[in-house]
Amino acid sequence: MPLSVPAPSTGPSVDGPVLELRALTRTHGSGAAEVHALRGIDLSVRTGELVAVMGPSGSGKSTLLTLAGGLDTATSGQVVIEGQDLSTLGHRGLAALRRRSVGYVFQDYNLIPALTAAENIALPRELDGVSVRKARKEAVAALEEMGLADVADRFPDEMSGGQQQRVAIARALVGDRRLVLADEPTGALDSETGETVLALLRNRCDQGAAGVMVTHEPRYAAWADRVVFLRDGSVVDQTLSARAESLLTAEGAE
Amino acid sequence: MSIRHGLLALLERGPRYGSQLRTEFESRTGSTWPLNVGQVYTTLSRLERDGMVTQDGEDDAGHTLYSITDDGRTELRNWFGTPVDRSHPPRDELAIKLAMAVGAPGVDIRAVIQSQRSHTLKAMQDYTRLKAQALADVPSDRDEVAWLLVVEQLIFQAEAEARWLDHCESRLVRLAEAAATEPPARPATPAVRRTTRAEGSRR
Repeated sequence: MPLSVPAPSTGPSVDGPVLELRALTRTHGSGAAEVHALRGIDLSVRTGELVAVMGPSGSGKSTLLTLAGGLDTATSGQVVIEGQDLSTLGHRGLAALRRRSVGYVFQDYNLIPALTAAENIALPRELDGVSVRKARKEAVAALEEMGLADVADRFPDEMSGGQQQRVAIARALVGDRRLVLADEPTGALDSETGETVLALLRNRCDQGAAGVMVTHEPRYAAWADRVVFLRDGSVVDQTLSARAESLLTAEGAE
Repeated sequence: MSIRHGLLALLERGPRYGSQLRTEFESRTGSTWPLNVGQVYTTLSRLERDGMVTQDGEDDAGHTLYSITDDGRTELRNWFGTPVDRSHPPRDELAIKLAMAVGAPGVDIRAVIQSQRSHTLKAMQDYTRLKAQALADVPSDRDEVAWLLVVEQLIFQAEAEARWLDHCESRLVRLAEAAATEPPARPATPAVRRTTRAEGSRR
């Protein structure tokens, strides 16, 4: 169909990848019970890019995400976040990197019920050593940016699912965090709210974050720049990012 | 066809000339189904023949104007009041392709499914970008609202296709597993034997 599709917005910078997976494998068990959850994955995610990972259950989607976030250790291969190879970091270094560089968004929001929206967002910053006052200020600013200023002092159970998930995204990207890893972030939301959450995630990536999202919903995956298809622990296919295509065209025209 | 009724709907808002109708049709539907001026004039002359529109003088620039007649209005009301027929589904190339791929020698049906899934997702990414653009400002005039409905229809249709492809793949996997656990099949006499569904789905 001769629709004219707008070129995807390019992120503010085009430096190295925020996340790089190199020949990543993860094997559970051994001998006859050996299960290859991931079989040599290469994936690179740049600033401004949102990548959706799709595949049937058991294809390795969640394993990919836990390895990318340093929550599990690869059997072989490397995870590099902002130039740092996770395997070269000690326990403490890994914990710090996870806290400072990576934000997580889960299907069930995972906000701390005893803390308000603003406190939930401020907490990781306080753990980073930022003063309570400054962390609070950042949290309120992050909420305002997402049109959530009025829920700052509400507890999670006083918010709708969509609001909680937007707070979780704000928390994932507060401070200098540039990598957000989302596992079925729209799973518990109705489709209208799911779209709102995706639009927001898209927007945060456009503003300079990098995102990897696991989803089984084509409609949400379609918000991504690139869709990676996993099957049996391998990438079987991916839609070429439109941005990459326009780069290719630009280069070809030279 | 819907061009006929589309033109009647536009003419109900007042007399118009051919290329104006074309422009308005396209701004409603975001050029998803582009019309050429020839099609517009052919359709107008058929509508005129059928008594649903009538030539109605010229504008200052000398364009022939067309107006809707009472018969045309009745036709239009009927169109809006009647559901689009779904009892005779148009031929669907993808469904035909997969039907033919079942058991076809040298064809990996899962690869066929995957390459379509990838293509369909890519189209959805494009539509979603168009939608995000349409939603960037709250759609206000009727052309903007109409276009949003059309682009969302494209997304829903592509989504249905992607889901169906997922379903086909898991269906084939389940059938293959079921076939694999059944007792050994009767001796094959390939020259005359008809392939059953379950066997055909084996890869």
